[in-house]
Amino acid sequence: MQNFLAKNGPIISTYFLIAISFWIIFLIIIPQIYMLDLSFRPNLPPLLRGGEEDVYTLTHYKHFLFGSETSKDAYNFVDLNVFFKTLATAVVITVLSLFFCYPIAFYIAKVAEHKTARFLIVSLIVPFWINELLRAFALRILFAGEGVINNALLNAGLMDNAINFIGQDVALFTGLTYAYLLLMMFPLYNALESLDTNQLEAAKDLGSSTLRTHWRIVIPHAKAGIASGSTMVFMLTAGALATPVVLSSPNTFWFTQLIYQWFNMNDNWSRGAAYSVLLLLVSVIFVLLMMKIFRIKVGEIVK
Amino acid sequence: MSADVELQNISINFGDFYAAKNVSVMINKGEFFSFLGPSGCGKTTILRTISGFLEPSQGQVLIGGKNMAGIGPNKRPTSLIFQNLALFPLMSVADNISFSLEVRGHSKANRRARAEELLDLVALEGQGDKKVHELSGGQRQRVAIARALAIEPEVLLLDEPLSALDLKLRQKMRSELRAIQKRVGITFIYITHDQGEALTMSDRVAVMNEGRIEQVDTCQAVYEQPKTPFVASFVGENNPFHGKITACKNNLVEVSCDGNKFVADIGKIDCELSKKLTAGKKIILFVRPESISIKNNKTKTQNSFTAKLDSVEFEGHLQNLFLTTGSGMKVRLSVPNTEEISHLNVGQSMDFTFAAQNAVILPEGNLAVD
Repeated sequence: MQNFLAKNGPIISTYFLIAISFWIIFLIIIPQIYMLDLSFRPNLPPLLRGGEEDVYTLTHYKHFLFGSETSKDAYNFVDLNVFFKTLATAVVITVLSLFFCYPIAFYIAKVAEHKTARFLIVSLIVPFWINELLRAFALRILFAGEGVINNALLNAGLMDNAINFIGQDVALFTGLTYAYLLLMMFPLYNALESLDTNQLEAAKDLGSSTLRTHWRIVIPHAKAGIASGSTMVFMLTAGALATPVVLSSPNTFWFTQLIYQWFNMNDNWSRGAAYSVLLLLVSVIFVLLMMKIFRIKVGEIVK
Repeated sequence: MSADVELQNISINFGDFYAAKNVSVMINKGEFFSFLGPSGCGKTTILRTISGFLEPSQGQVLIGGKNMAGIGPNKRPTSLIFQNLALFPLMSVADNISFSLEVRGHSKANRRARAEELLDLVALEGQGDKKVHELSGGQRQRVAIARALAIEPEVLLLDEPLSALDLKLRQKMRSELRAIQKRVGITFIYITHDQGEALTMSDRVAVMNEGRIEQVDTCQAVYEQPKTPFVASFVGENNPFHGKITACKNNLVEVSCDGNKFVADIGKIDCELSKKLTAGKKIILFVRPESISIKNNKTKTQNSFTAKLDSVEFEGHLQNLFLTTGSGMKVRLSVPNTEEISHLNVGQSMDFTFAAQNAVILPEGNLAVD
């Protein structure tokens, strides 16, 4: 602390301290504690809040697991189903994202000439200036029943009936993968960029095939970048709202949509809060578990 | 097994820039051969061409008599040791060494045995389970050598692998490399800008400048009978005297350099070169700093000149004297530090002398720039 003060001088040190504490305390800790607190309280009309009935309760969590008291099912299958389907889809999206980003990031970091690399990075970034909702609707136009793709295929005589891209959730997968692509791309690119190109040549000189070089040299080197990108894509996909609202099929329900309904349409903030807490908690546990399995330390992913 | 390497008229250009031009050389089986030259002279390009990372724009590489055109680095009987070694930091030492065997599908036990064997060869017994970063610079060097030798290449290519080491270790590694080469008996092709390295280790040296080979010879010949002014000035220290030939008598050539008359014995140089040395020709006469001595009454002189002593520099085993001649030429002279020179005063003018046999005469040409 003394060191920090001596190194940066009083003005900069004070600015850092205030800015960082403000960020952590006011933007993260207080709202989350409020949410956590809210999730354990009954949903009461404003007049009764703070009254006798306002006591801590597990009713919202119970609702998530077992459903409403009038329900005949043993478990709340509807919500649980949405919850696990959301997480599973987020895993698939993360894997897809990695699958598409790895070759591109490798190409930009290690193969392309400097000029080409810069051009490619710019062309990756620029489309993301368009806002998320607009991008989602643009995909909807492409994938709609009478959308660009179907019309083109039908007019070309390649098929007789339109494909239901939205109903099959093709549009949803595409949209979600695309939405957070850069968050996979950049950590991957950073990790690959720092790989000594001589190592690739050394492996080749020793007789290694391209595939083996990637498996034994490149991927282990980029492990932290892969973990960092995957974590971000998974978390953001699991918590996405706009893209699923626009692109999911009528039968697919994203867990965030459920949360949104509790908050807004049903005006049940405490239940919304409980569902949010659950999503956050399970996502974090899942990520930590994955990191444990792949032997990655939390410190590594911010390298 | 060992193989010879032949470069046939190799040129490599990147657009208008020629990194190598008409390079032809025959490197013998089992030879320790060095390419020596300043940075940017094209020696690394040549090495990358032999290893297969670069295809020559013209000409061909033959290894063991076989044309290597279109054969990738992973299919050639060569192994390359990189300047920064390029060891795999996430693998253990043994895994690094046996990587080439892993690639070829050898069993784990087989790989381990071979790694142990190679660790013995490079004097790193029992260090196989360490991580690369736990080793010292010299040890990493040896791991790189072991890794390159694992598949028993016929030719080992070394791209200045000693340049990152400190002086003492570098000197130690020189003799070690030489010893390893003797033991495994394969062809070593070594790239360096450090003449000390090239001269101490190699059987033969190719001196390169601006993409061309200036001279291919034994170390001694390169030092004592340089064929071009570049070689004379690049390999070791040398004093150039620019002048003109005034007369030729048998093996003795008389030259005039800025008013000084010198005689040089050209008996040792090859006849092709000596044919070019005719009266009236512009030449450079080279004398090594250690061949010049301070004139005293006892010395029987063939060549002498007068110069002023500018400064004296102490270099451990040597003392360097920096002189300026009457015509403003800078001359450097080295005497062993056993010689007493404390009686010399800076600013004093003296006579210096050298023998005709120690002078080398070459037609005018480019010198190496410091």
